[in-house]
Amino acid sequence: MNAALARLRAPQSTLLRSLALALLAGVALFIASELLSAYDDLQLASGSYYFVVLAGLTVLTGLSGQISLGHGALMAVGAYTVTLLVGNEHWALVPALAAAILTTALVGTIVGAAATRLRGPYLAGATLAFAIGLPALADKYPNTFGGANGLIINPPTPPSGLGSSFPLERWEAWIAGAGALVVVFLMRNLTRSGVGRSFRAVRDDEIAASLCGLHVGRVQTLAFVVSAACAGLGGGLLAVVLQLAAPGAFELGLSLSLLTAVVLGGLGSLVGAIWGAAVLVLLPGWSNDLAHSFSLSTNVSNNLPLAVYGLVLIVAMLVWPSGIQGGVRRIIAVARRILRRRIGGTPEKLDKHSTQDQEEQPNES
Amino acid sequence: MTRFIDLTLNGISTGAVYAAVALALVMIWRATRIVNFAQGGMLMITTFIASSVIGSSGSYWLGFAVALVCGLVLGAVVERVLMRRVEGGPPLNAVIVALGLLILLEAGAGMIWGNTPRSFPPAFSIRGYDVGGTTLLFSPNDTFTVLVVVAVAVGLALLFRYTAVGLRMRASALAPEVARLLGVRVGRMFTLGWALAAFVGSLAGLLVAPSVFVGPNQFDPILIFGFTAAVLGGLDSPPGAVVGGILLGLALSYVSGYEGASLVTLAALVVLIAVLMIRPGGLFSTRKERRV
Repeated sequence: MNAALARLRAPQSTLLRSLALALLAGVALFIASELLSAYDDLQLASGSYYFVVLAGLTVLTGLSGQISLGHGALMAVGAYTVTLLVGNEHWALVPALAAAILTTALVGTIVGAAATRLRGPYLAGATLAFAIGLPALADKYPNTFGGANGLIINPPTPPSGLGSSFPLERWEAWIAGAGALVVVFLMRNLTRSGVGRSFRAVRDDEIAASLCGLHVGRVQTLAFVVSAACAGLGGGLLAVVLQLAAPGAFELGLSLSLLTAVVLGGLGSLVGAIWGAAVLVLLPGWSNDLAHSFSLSTNVSNNLPLAVYGLVLIVAMLVWPSGIQGGVRRIIAVARRILRRRIGGTPEKLDKHSTQDQEEQPNES
Repeated sequence: MTRFIDLTLNGISTGAVYAAVALALVMIWRATRIVNFAQGGMLMITTFIASSVIGSSGSYWLGFAVALVCGLVLGAVVERVLMRRVEGGPPLNAVIVALGLLILLEAGAGMIWGNTPRSFPPAFSIRGYDVGGTTLLFSPNDTFTVLVVVAVAVGLALLFRYTAVGLRMRASALAPEVARLLGVRVGRMFTLGWALAAFVGSLAGLLVAPSVFVGPNQFDPILIFGFTAAVLGGLDSPPGAVVGGILLGLALSYVSGYEGASLVTLAALVVLIAVLMIRPGGLFSTRKERRV
């Protein structure tokens, strides 16, 4: 009876569900951007581009079981592509972002092509080298990449139809938010499709997966390329929002904080990526406030976010591997059980079945 | 030609340092199948401690000794407190915990000593030897570096091969269950392995600090080079790590000398990927590569 009702309410097709979800999120983002101040709109914009990157990274690590410490550098590829195309070639924004996605996917293919061999610690080491080595290219070719100062582009102009007083920050939030919505839609479909299943199959048991006819190396490379494309879009959006691409923004610390964010949010969960993005945006401000209220020295306050990231990584892995979203899911499951029991009439058997369902998909949604 | 000789000599002395870091990584990999990405942070901390001790006492050798002892202790503590919990689990978890520790150590060092890199004194003169009127790019300090690393490598080889403790450590790494049945305290052997590895790592930090300076992030590239050297040597073999370190040192010295220092890390990445594509088991692998 309950199931029949649910079937009536929600569309069955994954595609439609994802579309509905993305639209709902779009409306929520729109309302939020209208209500928030200019500064908070900017926060919303940076949260959106972080989310784009984290969505890719969480699929890579959570679903296909690979680790990348180089996503900050992949963001740099996207950011520099956008600044070069928009600044020098005067491309429009959307094709420039598309080019950023393509370029980064290409670089991701080169880095990830070795993915057939670069398993576990090898991939981690290679991407670590990538993260440390790539920003140095800006110094090597200062004429193209602007050296340590980086490249600057003009801010995006809101269309005149929105009125002359339309705040730039809100427009940036819309651009980055639109990117995030596209990614939500695509990644949600991907994780629930046959491709997503093949990612999980390869993660859980490579030998069994290859016995089922999957080419393990190819699946892993595909996962890396998909998540590199997300990082490229995220980096491109970052360049649009900040109007800047500079090597200092893409150092190893960025890659490591991205990894922290996906672990904290909950590996493999797109909702977890939202939590992670929120943490990335809000933590520096909080630690600043904290440092102010306790009048800590600049050495301490500058390094406070990093220290928190490190602690979070260790504690999360040792104590709470499912992250924030795992906790939220558990709370929802408990609440549901209590609710059902209170309504009554539901046989105990059905109850058990539903909690099993909850536990069976810790890496989805 | 002199430039080539200079770069070769320089490559040997920097390669010796990479070899030491690679040794530290290989020892831990052999014992617990974990790549210790925190090694860069651990040797950074001990070098900072040395820097502080040297600054306050004025004695280089006191700082040197204190750093090595701290390395031993730090390695043992890290294994016992953190890594013991993720050993034998999914490799991803161990990598993430090691990275968390790396970030935490770097942030901690930044809080205590600040983010601005500071200079570090060399053990001996860094003025190159004069040979026939030209000054070579190889100094008494470089000689010291190479000799120390060779001594440590030989010492470790002797320890593993000819002592009872070495035998127990090898047994624990090779077959933990069997070793435990035969009365070996496997956990204690792992702790000892980590302590020794961190000791070698902190030595590498002390040796390389005069040229890279001491700062929270100064040793990140050293970690990469050590890892690349270890992979070059097969990640499983201490002699391979030493040879891999020297080879990588030479290769990177030529890249740096002829193409520019900013490309060195990317060159290491290219070496890493090339080795893994062509000989995934390292240059000296006898085992068949892992197949799926």
